[in-house]
Amino acid sequence: MTDTFQLTVNGTQVEVTCDRDTPLLYVLRNHLGLKGTRFGCGVGLCGACNVIIDGRTVYSCDTPLWSVAGQAIRTVEGLAGSPVQRMFLEEQAAQCGYCVSGIVMSATALLERNPKPDEREVRSALDNNLCRCGAHNRMVRAVMRAGEASS
Amino acid sequence: MIPPALAAAPRLSRWITINASGTVAVRSGKVELGQGILTALGQIVADELDVGFNRIQLIPLTAPVTAEQTLTAGSRSLEESGAALRQAAAEVRALFIAASGLGSHATVHDGLIMSDAGTTSYWDLAETVSLDVDATGEPRPKPPSHHTVVGTSTPRIDLPDKVYGRARFIHDMSLPGMLYGRVVRPPSPGATLRSLDTSATKALTGIVEVVRDGSFLGVVAAQEETAISGAELLRSHAVWDETASLPSSVAELLTSTPVETQTVDAVSPGFPTTATAYYSRPYLAHASIGPACAIAQWSGTALEVWSHTQGAYNLRKAITIALPVALDQITVHHVEGSGCYGHNGADDVAFDAVLLARVVPGHAVQVVWSRADELAWAPFGPAMGVRMSACVENGTITGWRHETFGNGHLARPGMSPTAPGLLSAAYLADAKPLFVSDDPPTARGGGAQRNAIPLYTFPRREIIKNRLLHMPLRTSAMRALGAYLNVFAIESFMDELAGDVDPVEFRLRHLTDDRARTVILAAADRAGWWDRVPEQDRGCGFGFARYSNHGAYCAVVAEVRAEQELQVTRLTVAVDAGLVVSPDGLRNQIEGGAIQSTSWTLKEEVRFTRTRVTSTDWESYPILKFSEVPDVDVLLVNRPDLPSRGAGEAAQGPTAAAIGNALADALGVRVRTLPLNAENIIAAMPG
Ligand code: FES
Ligand code: FES
Repeated sequence: MTDTFQLTVNGTQVEVTCDRDTPLLYVLRNHLGLKGTRFGCGVGLCGACNVIIDGRTVYSCDTPLWSVAGQAIRTVEGLAGSPVQRMFLEEQAAQCGYCVSGIVMSATALLERNPKPDEREVRSALDNNLCRCGAHNRMVRAVMRAGEASS
Repeated sequence: MIPPALAAAPRLSRWITINASGTVAVRSGKVELGQGILTALGQIVADELDVGFNRIQLIPLTAPVTAEQTLTAGSRSLEESGAALRQAAAEVRALFIAASGLGSHATVHDGLIMSDAGTTSYWDLAETVSLDVDATGEPRPKPPSHHTVVGTSTPRIDLPDKVYGRARFIHDMSLPGMLYGRVVRPPSPGATLRSLDTSATKALTGIVEVVRDGSFLGVVAAQEETAISGAELLRSHAVWDETASLPSSVAELLTSTPVETQTVDAVSPGFPTTATAYYSRPYLAHASIGPACAIAQWSGTALEVWSHTQGAYNLRKAITIALPVALDQITVHHVEGSGCYGHNGADDVAFDAVLLARVVPGHAVQVVWSRADELAWAPFGPAMGVRMSACVENGTITGWRHETFGNGHLARPGMSPTAPGLLSAAYLADAKPLFVSDDPPTARGGGAQRNAIPLYTFPRREIIKNRLLHMPLRTSAMRALGAYLNVFAIESFMDELAGDVDPVEFRLRHLTDDRARTVILAAADRAGWWDRVPEQDRGCGFGFARYSNHGAYCAVVAEVRAEQELQVTRLTVAVDAGLVVSPDGLRNQIEGGAIQSTSWTLKEEVRFTRTRVTSTDWESYPILKFSEVPDVDVLLVNRPDLPSRGAGEAAQGPTAAAIGNALADALGVRVRTLPLNAENIIAAMPG
């Protein structure tokens, strides 16, 4: 059923008209043109599609639009060169980079809750994000450095 | 001497363009797969031309425009395109100096050409110097001691887009009027469509077309979410006839399929043997994080395709075998995708897009595979077995026999003149079946036999390959090909034969190659191998190989903890890849390879019944998680005087072997069946 919904995305009020069950992922990518949030599995098992709502990471692939109506959503585009992103570049923490936006979002949510996580905490916060290229250790270092840089 | 890739496409303008605006366009013929190759190739050109790296623009590959290179695969890009570009750039520099009239002793600094006779620049001369000339092989490139960009860790040019979440992947492309397509695959490889009711799907708002051609089904929709729900609806109205086309197990596959037997290498064969062992691996999935994606558009008779294929030229060829379309009607543009690790679904999805776009001429159609299709329908790395036997006399190996069993490791589109090798072509009404996978010749590194010939010096040896002639599950290239299991088998067997002798010491006894010895000792020293202390449930193991007997040398020490599950705590890796172009880029490749190999070795296995592949999500096909990833310490042995070798596949085999040997060290149990999961470890325990 098509409907019109209000959302706040990266601080901006937007209105989208589409089927109420449309996954938030496709609302962001296709209706709003925010391509940084990526499809990996569609069922909440890889983290490629992570966004932040209310300080928590949410899988946008299995979140229907109606369930986030009126809420404030943050995507990778809203981070605008955050310390986490800068440290990812410093550490060259990626290979293909497909998993990176989701991981950056998980790391951002972690650092907002726990600004100075130890290595174990970083790894467990990223455990729901998959990376096939094996860039994990660089990413963990980047997140820890971002924590140190901001405190 | 002109490097082979340059000799094949000698026109300098095919490779390099100097722009008056102060930039240098480079067409490498290679594509970025997440391995950082474009950055490394750009470094080489910057160095040879004496321009800043920031002036280099790597032009994405388009077939048929870019200098023809068949594939970006097999860790040969640096060797092939690197050498070609280095020579081409040296010649371009010389042409500009000659045209400057400033004398042959003129120097170049960031494109500025200077001598006591005056100053000009590449950019000033760009319009007057023609690069439409063929390479001559003169002058020779700079000696490595003059490199200023090569050998430094230049940041990857593609990473800022990826870290900032900018649209860069093919998944992120959006063309005007673009529609979205999804394919409905059969439930099993041997299934055929019995009946289909399209009415409900056609009635769905936003569905543009429903496509049925033989057993190929798909939908085209205005919105992506509609394409997905339309495909699910169509699936629920399809009735299939399934056949039990799959083997009951990998063991059954490897023992009861007819084979073609080939002697790969033999020196005084027919010796008595004192020890034998059998090692095996399951089918492995490439399992990219971003599923396969492509866009296609038909306009009149022209077909344009955007794809993350490793072989744009081959894909074009394959399409002409599958459909009545001529080569010169097709253009294939490369756009980056998720890491592929070999021949995954990239070409197949491109053909899906071609088929779906055919019903909506004038519209681009983007197709993305589902996670389940990515894990079940992309080609697999083949299941494989290796039977080893040896003759050991007085602590020395005097005879060595290595025999492989399995499907071929290569079935890329474009390889066969009569079969396209594209998945959906096999399900069309006018079906073009998939061809049975084969192997590249041994001189090109081989497939199943890759790394089967040991680097150790054994006076007598015999290397045999048995290639299966039926292919119940589709197999093709996956990172390292046969080298992964061959090295696991060789290096496990070496440890088994070593008896009480230190495994490193035992290897060195049988090894004369200096680079090999250096790398082995470097890894052992760095890991503290000689002072290791035995500890309950902990183990330490060694693995070594020279990739493809031709590429990078790699030695690994693995440290493990064997409790409920086997956990790898640390990997120490030493690598000699010849001249190092980008130290951090090389480290990144080795770390990634070692971690991925750890994942394969501990966890991965494609599961199937007699009809279907059942490992279709991340729960049934688990891969290594952040909390399970070991520390990886990489030590580079730079050889500025020796040619660069790719290293993207070098760590796969040695890492697996080191983990297996560490497990044996920890538990005293030799596990020869991969993966080294609880099930296989328990099965290997005595009685
Ligand atoms: S795409 Fe959402 S968790 Fe995988
Ligand atoms: S960098 Fe490729 S999947 Fe993580």
